[in-house]
Amino acid sequence: MIDGDPCAIIENEFVKPGKGQAFNRVKIRNLKTGRVIDRTWKSGETVEAADVMDTEMQYLYTDGEFWHFMDPESYEQLAADKTAVGDAAKWLKEQDICQVTLWNGEPLSVTPPNFVELAVTDTDPGVRGDTSGGGGKPATLETGAVVRVPLFIDIGDVLKVDTRSGEYVSRVKD
Amino acid sequence: MPAASGWRPAIDRARLRQRAAVIAAIRDFFATRDVVEVETPVLSRYGTTDPAIESFTTRYEPPGGGAETLYLQTSPEFFMKRLLAAGSGPIYQLGRVFRNGEAGRRHNPEFTLLEWYRPGFTLENLMDEVTALVAWLLPEPPARLDYRYREAFERFAGVDPFVADTASLLDAVSDHGLDCPLSEADGHDACLDFMLSHIVEPALPRDSLVFIYDFPATQASLARIEPGSPAVARRFEAWLGGRELANGFEELDDPDEQRRRFEHDNRLRRQRGQAQIPPDDCLLDALAAGLPECSGVALGVERLLMHLFGVDDIRQTMAFAWHPDCT
Repeated sequence: MIDGDPCAIIENEFVKPGKGQAFNRVKIRNLKTGRVIDRTWKSGETVEAADVMDTEMQYLYTDGEFWHFMDPESYEQLAADKTAVGDAAKWLKEQDICQVTLWNGEPLSVTPPNFVELAVTDTDPGVRGDTSGGGGKPATLETGAVVRVPLFIDIGDVLKVDTRSGEYVSRVKD
Repeated sequence: MPAASGWRPAIDRARLRQRAAVIAAIRDFFATRDVVEVETPVLSRYGTTDPAIESFTTRYEPPGGGAETLYLQTSPEFFMKRLLAAGSGPIYQLGRVFRNGEAGRRHNPEFTLLEWYRPGFTLENLMDEVTALVAWLLPEPPARLDYRYREAFERFAGVDPFVADTASLLDAVSDHGLDCPLSEADGHDACLDFMLSHIVEPALPRDSLVFIYDFPATQASLARIEPGSPAVARRFEAWLGGRELANGFEELDDPDEQRRRFEHDNRLRRQRGQAQIPPDDCLLDALAAGLPECSGVALGVERLLMHLFGVDDIRQTMAFAWHPDCT
C-alpha cells in the first residue's frame, strides 16, 4: 500500500556502496491507476502490505470495454477493466481459468495461465520437412497475440505458448 | 526451443573461458611484480564490525564437544594484516567472500574479491597500480579521472560535503528532484552515501576509470586519517563503467585507534539493533607488534567482468549466481 493505493513491485534494485548505507530503488505500479512511479527506501524499511486476494476465475468474454470472469464454484461474475487486464488481454481465451487479484472485492489485475493453447489465424505458409525450429517467422494467434514460431507451422495449427515469456513452446498434436 | 532450464549455468562456454583467462591474467600481473599469492581462513571467530556489512555465521562443533559461532569472511583483511605484521612483504589474495543480505544486479551474496597490500605504497601509488591492473586486463585501457571527494561533490552535486550540514545536504537532494527516504535524524554520513550513489555515481563518465579519494574522516573505515582542516581519511574508491570497482586505504596502523573504531562500530550496531561483533584481538596484537606502513585495496572481480562482458547484471558473470530455486 503506497499513499492509500495498492501497488505491485515491478523492479526492485538494491543500491549500496561497498562501505555505506544500502537503499532499494523500487519501480512500482499503482494497481488502481496503472501509473508507474519510482520510490527509494532505506534497505530493511517496511511498507504496509495490501490486503489482496488471488482467486481462480473462468474467463467468459469481452464486450470491448470490460472483460468478464466467473467464479466456477459460486457462478458469481465480475467485470475487469482495461487497467486491471493490461497485457493479459492478448492471452485470454474463453473458458480458460485465470488468476484474478481482488482488492476490496474489485479486480485489480489478471494473470493468464502460464501456458495457453491457441490456434494460428495468420502466418506465412509452412515449410514442410523443416522441423529444426531454427530461424522462425511471426504468427498471429486467435487472441491477436503475435509469437515467433518455427517455419513448419501453418494456419489452423494449435500452439502451446508460455505467456510469461511470450514464447512458442510446441505444436499441439490433435 | 526448450524452456529455460533450472539446472543450467548462467554463462556459456566462451564466457567461462574468458573468466578463467582474467583470473589467470591477474595472477600473471602480480607474478611480474613479485607480489605473493596467499590464502587465509574463510572461517573466523571474528567478523567485520562495519555496520554497513553483515556477515554470514555458521556453527562450529569441534571434536570432543562444544560449539561456537564462526563468521564467514566478508574480506580477508584482518588475516592479511597479520601476515604483513609478521613480515610477509607484498601479498595478494583471490577468493570468495560472503556478505549477507546483498543481492541485486550489482550484488551477489558471495563473490570473488581480489585484495592486495603494498608495504611502502602511498594511496596514490596504489591508485596507479589499480590503473595498471585494469589496463592489463582490458583490451583497451580506459581513460583515468581523479577527484578528491570534496571536488566530486562540488562538481556533481553542488555542495561542499565538509561544510554543508545535514539539512543543506537534504536540500541539495531535493534540488536534484530525487525521492529520498532520509531525514536529518539519519545523519550526515547516510545523506552523503545517498548523494554518492544517487547523484555523483550516475554522473561519472562510463568510459573511464574514476578515482574518488580523501573521504570525510567519519567514513574512514580502516583507513588512516590525515590531520588537517578538514581532516581526511586516506581512502579511495574506484569506478569502472560507472560501477563501483574497488576500495583502497592507506592502512590504519594504530592499535588504540583501531580498538576505538571497533567500539564505535559496535555502538552504532547496538543503536540500529544489529548484532554485536567481537573485536579481533589478534589484529589488535598484530598492529601493536607493528604493521609496516602500507596501502591495501579490495577489488570486486565480477564488477570488472561486468565491464569486460558489457553486461549490466552480475548474474551474467558467474556460472551460478544466487538463485532461490537452483543454488
